[in-house]
Amino acid sequence: MMLDWVSGVLLLVGSFLLLTGALGFLRFADFYARIHACGVTETLATSCILLGLLIQSDSAVPQFKLLLILLFVLLSSPTSSHALAKAAWNAGVRPRDNRGKQPLPLPPGEH
Amino acid sequence: MRYTFGLVLALSVFWLINSGHYDALLLSLGVISVGAVTLIALRMDVVDQESIPLHLLRRIPFYLLWLGVQICRSNLDLVRRVWLPGQRSTPRIARLPLPQYSDICRVVYANSINLTPGTLTVELAPDHLLVHTLSAEGLAALEEGEMSRRVSELEQ
Repeated sequence: MMLDWVSGVLLLVGSFLLLTGALGFLRFADFYARIHACGVTETLATSCILLGLLIQSDSAVPQFKLLLILLFVLLSSPTSSHALAKAAWNAGVRPRDNRGKQPLPLPPGEH
Repeated sequence: MRYTFGLVLALSVFWLINSGHYDALLLSLGVISVGAVTLIALRMDVVDQESIPLHLLRRIPFYLLWLGVQICRSNLDLVRRVWLPGQRSTPRIARLPLPQYSDICRVVYANSINLTPGTLTVELAPDHLLVHTLSAEGLAALEEGEMSRRVSELEQ
């Protein structure tokens, strides 16, 4: 009963964070800022939802599998966002300010 | 030798966790598959310090704990920026020094930057990182260098 409450709260918080990621993705101004918004979805939101599901399950094997899923998501998502950012950088996409109007000043040596 | 042993141990635990059936037939099939994967890995010559970083095992739990706290904090910061109106964040892009010399610690550092929402590694060069941050405070925290120092401590 108590565990059901904990699990429910975790699932709710996770869903709220998913919504936050989606809203940030729409609200932020440029490509790089939008990747940051996806960061919420792939770290804390995923953790909350998987932990909530883990509490719901009552046998060990699915619980370990959920932990493995969490581990793989946490290892692969930063790599994929780096791949996206690097591909965009190489394609000539440059970051802009928070309104998406002015290009940001680049560090010396970059162009 | 110890890396081979570590690989066998990790594969066995992985198999046992995923199987859930522990009768003689399935266990022997598990032993065969662990043996086959180990042999293939040895023949491919990928069993070494880089693929099985045993030397990190002792320190990495503390680092992960610290990283988890940082991830929660930066998530909260980003939630505030998304929901509250009038948050004027000023994105920055800058170079950071890269003092770590082993490949695995560089990957840990770059991935840790990516895992904390609000900071993103754009490029990984031999001597520096190019990072994009959503706010000036995020960049200041990275430049202050606590994460870099903690990753460097992993490889000692």
